[in-house]
Amino acid sequence: MNKYKPVIGLEIHVELATKSKMFCQCSADYFGKKPNTHTCPVCLGLPGALPVPNKQAIDWVILIGQALGCKVNKTSKFDRKHYFYPDLPKGYQISQYDEPFNIDGSVVIGEKTFGITRVHMEEDTGKLTHLGGDTLVDFNRSGVPLVEIVTEPDFENAEDVKRFLEELQVTIRYLGVSDADMEKGSMRLEPNISLRKEGESGLPKYKVEVKNINSFNFVKKAVEYEIERQTEMLERGEVPAQETRGYNEAKGITVSQRTKEEAHDYRYFPEPDIPPFQFTDEEIGNIEKQLPELPSVKTERFVTQYKIKPADALQLTRDKKVADYFEKVSSQIGDRGSQQQIANLIINKKLSTLLPVEEFVNKAVEILTPKIADAGALKVAVEKIIGANTKAIEDYKNGKENSLMFLVGQVMREMKGQADAVTVKEVLIKKIKEV
Amino acid sequence: MELHDLSIQEAVEGLKEKKFSCRELLESCLNRIKKLDKDLNAFITVDEENALLQADKCDREISASKNIFEEKPLLGIPVGLKDLYSTKDLKTTAGSKIIDNYTSPYDATSTARLKNAGAIVIGKTNEDAWGHGSSGENSDVGPTKNPYDLTRVPGGSSSGSGAAVAAGECLFSTGTDTGSSVRLPAAFCNLVGLKPTYGRVSRYGVIAMASSFDTIGHMTKTVYDNAKVLEVTAGKDPYDATTVLVEVPKYTKNLGKDIKGLKVGIPKEYYVEGIDNKIKEITDQAIKTIKSLGAQVHEVSLPHTEYAMACYYILCPSEVSSNLARFDGVRYGHNRATFGAEAKRRMMLGTYTLSSGYYDAYYKKAAKVRNLIKQDFENVLKEVDVMIAPSSPSLPFKIGEKTDDPLQMYLSDVFMCPINIAGVPSLNIPCGFSDGLPVGMQVIGPQFSEELLYQVAFAYERETEFYKVKPKI
Repeated sequence: MNKYKPVIGLEIHVELATKSKMFCQCSADYFGKKPNTHTCPVCLGLPGALPVPNKQAIDWVILIGQALGCKVNKTSKFDRKHYFYPDLPKGYQISQYDEPFNIDGSVVIGEKTFGITRVHMEEDTGKLTHLGGDTLVDFNRSGVPLVEIVTEPDFENAEDVKRFLEELQVTIRYLGVSDADMEKGSMRLEPNISLRKEGESGLPKYKVEVKNINSFNFVKKAVEYEIERQTEMLERGEVPAQETRGYNEAKGITVSQRTKEEAHDYRYFPEPDIPPFQFTDEEIGNIEKQLPELPSVKTERFVTQYKIKPADALQLTRDKKVADYFEKVSSQIGDRGSQQQIANLIINKKLSTLLPVEEFVNKAVEILTPKIADAGALKVAVEKIIGANTKAIEDYKNGKENSLMFLVGQVMREMKGQADAVTVKEVLIKKIKEV
Repeated sequence: MELHDLSIQEAVEGLKEKKFSCRELLESCLNRIKKLDKDLNAFITVDEENALLQADKCDREISASKNIFEEKPLLGIPVGLKDLYSTKDLKTTAGSKIIDNYTSPYDATSTARLKNAGAIVIGKTNEDAWGHGSSGENSDVGPTKNPYDLTRVPGGSSSGSGAAVAAGECLFSTGTDTGSSVRLPAAFCNLVGLKPTYGRVSRYGVIAMASSFDTIGHMTKTVYDNAKVLEVTAGKDPYDATTVLVEVPKYTKNLGKDIKGLKVGIPKEYYVEGIDNKIKEITDQAIKTIKSLGAQVHEVSLPHTEYAMACYYILCPSEVSSNLARFDGVRYGHNRATFGAEAKRRMMLGTYTLSSGYYDAYYKKAAKVRNLIKQDFENVLKEVDVMIAPSSPSLPFKIGEKTDDPLQMYLSDVFMCPINIAGVPSLNIPCGFSDGLPVGMQVIGPQFSEELLYQVAFAYERETEFYKVKPKI
């Protein structure tokens, strides 16, 4: 009955972890701080204040663009985006309009490629808190550097959206430019969802923007809900309204936030207080040199170089520190342990990655060395466990394999690890037959 | 001569030689304010108590070290700051009702540099609200009068700054020149007024009118004084990304240099119908004097002059509408209904020219014309060293004469705003009187040529000494 195909694009905002704000020297580390303590005339929008751009932030937004396969614009500028809101002190946001720092990138996830329209730089607004009938404004966040990533409407299902966002988050963390934490608000996302008839091309005449999504799981749910809601409407012959909707976590639904959505006229014009930028090939190249091996590339390399299972390689590379640790351990352990075994130890949390590498290696070697069980002690342990677990024996005899594994575990515990599971299993099976 | 009639140069000499104290100098100016300002209305705020404390401090510093003037070249000199300049702990109102009670928590860079050089801020001067005007009549707290004729305007928008220096209420004053606003009051009040190169002096802390046009200038009685002040205010500021890393020369060093062989261009498009006959006469006489000093004078052309006003009055209100957006009444100031008529006019114009569907036809087109006008100046200033032109098409006009027709008021800027569009510097220098009313002319040069402009003006000033003609109040 699926006559409709989802057309989904994403807008992601990432707060950069620079020391100071985008246009002034106030600290950008605002999370959890006393309100209005990280402010100055510039980020408060006081009369006469002027913006001076943060070079680190610009280097980093270009780095993000390069990590996402974008072309870096050799000429770029800031623009003023005008609207009135209490958390926007100047009455305009310094952002980028028609000459963003980065354009035309792409990201490959599995078999699919997703286009990146642009990656640009802007400043964050203050934060509003509603208390009873009052609204409070905290300007600590005003002026914090904010990167906006816009994707092409290439997504067709909620699962792809989730996978993309997870990969994006890991990639940004690899660059060391942001902790990209949805709970702290340093990564925010808004999917735009519409549907078009199967076989049709061109963008649908409407799109629905969904806000207030606070985790990747909720994105998936929100997208799925929207697809369902819009499908029902279209099948009834109704065209969904072009609007912004908010996701309600508790109820798992989206709710209309604005009744009439008119395209806002932001009256963009080039920011006169900040001279435009001209980048040389050399400058762009120097930033590119700072790119680390990206998670997708590292994952593939782990599979081919270390011959570990793809799922394990993926998990190891979710955190760059863990991936690096894994490689250090691998090189030190030599042929005393296989990379797959080390991967298992890390993934199953048998040993902590917080240990100094040498200690990890030593403990790993100990665990991995096959234990030669003392035959006499093993016989005693097996008999003891068999005696104490008649139900398990019966279950196993009735075909429950799990019960055998349970018994193996019990024997291993009894032996205090001084036995290897394979031998224990063999002995148990033999002994059980005798019972 | 009264102390308030001294130039900065004379005052510094007198203070060095202990002929009088800073306190006496300041009191002389304060007395002038007390005597005249209820009629002149040049000041919005007078900081008497604090200024006297500063003056005493200056006197102590002079007693402690006679070489203090090397470190603080403007020590003890009373200055009036246009009320767009943020001053810490002293009201900054922009001549408006909206922020009539706003006290900035910080000093503008220019304010700080003048204070660090020892100048004493005697008060904040009146102006057309937000800088919107050419006469001072758009002030939300009443117009300022011209000391040379109290029934006439002193020019705007830095109206109070012009009147205050001419009347001896302070020894120099600061202003902003976005389309004429330092040079016009200087011309109407017989003063030397500088519009510096865009980016020469920091705009940080000065309430923005049109960000790509605003320049931070000042008015003095003499050329030497003017050059002295620029030595203090000019230079790159890390808080203003549009200031340029260009060396700041000692502007007073080579003032006496003669102008033999100087190539002077007279733009023919500035001698058109509508210019007052007396002004034409006086300017022609001034040009003869310049020739007699050895300059080579000939006609040049700035072909896009006729488009300058239209270009300016599209781009400027666009930026104004944006810069006034922050006055939303949430953090400071009253609500937006409190804006005056001219401010509202410019905001409506500016939001229109920036709105989608109109941006290309107006803003973008005007930006392209701006480039053409800038190129006119660049081309001509390759052929000649400086240009000379009248500052105003008319003599100081009567209060109320042009207020019925905003367009008429805008036309006062016709010889001035092309210079702002091009970003080049221009210096107004007094060049005569007509029935007791001051006439000024501007010396225009390429970017960062202020030193040359001062040399030309100094040579002319030495010949004519118009600064000696004080108003009769």
